[in-house]
Amino acid sequence: MPREASPAEHALEARHISKYFGDHVALRNISLRVAGGDCVLLYGPNGAGKTTLLRVLASLARPDRGEVLLDGKKVRHDASSKFEIGFVSHASLLYGDLTVRENLRFTAHLFGLRHAEARINEALDLFAVRDRQAQLVRSLSRGLQQRVTLARALLHRPRFLLLDEPFTGLDAASAESLTSRLQHWTDKGIIFSTHSFEQGAAIARRLVVLEGGRLRYDGPFRHAPLAALGIRPSTEARGSKL
Amino acid sequence: MFVKDLRVEWRNRETLALMCVFGLLVVFLFNFTLETGREEALRGLPALLWVDFAFVGILGFNRSFAAERENACLEGLMLAPVDPGLLYLGKMLSNLVFLGVAEGIVVFAASLWYNFSFLPAFRSFFWIAFLGTVGYVAVGTVFGAIAANTRMREVMLPVLQFPVAVPVLIGGIEATGGALRGDAPSSYAWAVRLLVAFDVAFIVLSYLLFEYVLEE
Amino acid sequence: MPKLSPTLHLAICTAWTVAALYMIFLYAPTELTMGEVQRIFYIHVSTAITALLAYILVFLCSIVFLWRRSPAADELAHAAAEVGFVFCSCVLVTGPLWAKSVWGIWWTWDARLTSTFVLWLLFIAYLMLRSYLLDPARAAVLAAVVGIAGGVDALFDYMAIRWFRTQHPQPVILGGPNAGLDPRMGWTLLLTWGAFVCLFLYLLRLRVALARSRREAVAVRREELTP
Repeated sequence: MPREASPAEHALEARHISKYFGDHVALRNISLRVAGGDCVLLYGPNGAGKTTLLRVLASLARPDRGEVLLDGKKVRHDASSKFEIGFVSHASLLYGDLTVRENLRFTAHLFGLRHAEARINEALDLFAVRDRQAQLVRSLSRGLQQRVTLARALLHRPRFLLLDEPFTGLDAASAESLTSRLQHWTDKGIIFSTHSFEQGAAIARRLVVLEGGRLRYDGPFRHAPLAALGIRPSTEARGSKL
Repeated sequence: MFVKDLRVEWRNRETLALMCVFGLLVVFLFNFTLETGREEALRGLPALLWVDFAFVGILGFNRSFAAERENACLEGLMLAPVDPGLLYLGKMLSNLVFLGVAEGIVVFAASLWYNFSFLPAFRSFFWIAFLGTVGYVAVGTVFGAIAANTRMREVMLPVLQFPVAVPVLIGGIEATGGALRGDAPSSYAWAVRLLVAFDVAFIVLSYLLFEYVLEE
Repeated sequence: MPKLSPTLHLAICTAWTVAALYMIFLYAPTELTMGEVQRIFYIHVSTAITALLAYILVFLCSIVFLWRRSPAADELAHAAAEVGFVFCSCVLVTGPLWAKSVWGIWWTWDARLTSTFVLWLLFIAYLMLRSYLLDPARAAVLAAVVGIAGGVDALFDYMAIRWFRTQHPQPVILGGPNAGLDPRMGWTLLLTWGAFVCLFLYLLRLRVALARSRREAVAVRREELTP
């Protein structure tokens, strides 16, 4: 992967995205730019369009209007952009009947990665699931599966990470480790959603608030008019129990 | 590349077992309903086999994409920089192998229960079955993927699949009948040509269209 | 769609249909061996050709839709499938009525009957798929794929069934409108067919107009739903 330019010059960008499901508006004219080094918390009530936006950015969903650009190039029909994006969704994207290692090997194969075994080991270590590598994914707990999913998303070393509720099911130690990882990946552009504002605020340097498919706020935390956005951080328990 | 499907199947063997058992049941039931003399049973044999293959295939295609939908694995595939056409070919290949194995077992059982030897015409029978199955799978893989998007997909797949598979069934039944009766190959060559043309046309068409099936 | 006003279109349809009825029942001579019942032939064949045209329209519109992504092409394909299904059903109803009195049986798996029946099944598959998909955008794409696959398949069906049945000759339907046909019969057929095409286009434009206003209504609601 060429890394000559400084991270901030790389950007994953949504331009005037609208997405409809029948007459329901999931996203309305959203523009968003995530540069390398950004760490963005995507926040909003249920049904605000967070998941849809992440799916559009990952080019899993086709927007009805607007387009997604990676480093200024359209993502659509551009297979090379897929190397740059790592995506974690509610679903694990793993085959229950394959072992952890087989799943990752399959992903490595799809991406045509060289030195696959070394990379798999690295990803497994990152999320402390190496000792589970021979187990069938079906037999893993939700939290362990989530860790494997994260390992899968990072396997091809993407420059942009789209994480939809990455903390779901993680125990305190894993959540802690993920938090510190997210804080330290300053070369990657990260955008993630979580239901706990506090937890997200501790990691992200930028806040994006969605509501009813509209962009309500995009900027640093300290300027955010939290009360106007209906966010009351003080009432939420610090570090949710999950 | 995508023959990794085989490993999944090898692990739980559910689909294959289901297909084989179902295939055997159909042969068995036909045996009852057609409880007749050997001659008559033999005349119906090609049709019986192909109808059985068709049912078994439907079962397999439904399962094949049900597996991909579990944990949204299909999305995992779409996130990877892989040509959808290649995914189609991989999926088709694994479906072909499953259906082929199930067909082998069905044919063995039919030969046993109907006391009929496929051996004299085995080579031509094999190739005809192969060509027919390729065409059937080529269509079924696409429609399986389409039906997986719908409510009531188990119902939707046969509604899509059977009308489109009519040429395969006609060609397959005719050619098989000709081969098993020991007719001169020229008398059923049209059916074989039909199968080949159908295979080529639908593999190419599906290869091109599969991208649209996967997108959202 | 042509600029012809719907009312005028309907009027033309009506006039044309009356003319066609006149031709069928009064102008065209009575067929010698089959008698009066043969007059159903005009309707039968006309609807059959129209149904086939409808499917060709579905096929072409599906290709255009996947290529250009124009909602209008999708609406036209959907409309053509629905109206075509009605015409195809007419063929399958008039066919047996005629067959019963001429051949003495309701149905036979002859080449043309079988391919019409398959065409009818393709229409059903297409329409059922659309109704089982929740997201209209998704439905449009998948239906287009089925429309194209079905169109290619129809060709194979036709060849397969022809070859298949020439192996085992079956009673032939009067051999089609060939040289032996009375010219008055030919004109009647042509005019009736025209009437049906006119009717087809009328239903089609109604259906397309409906789809278009539905699309507009959805667009309006999208604007209004989120304040």
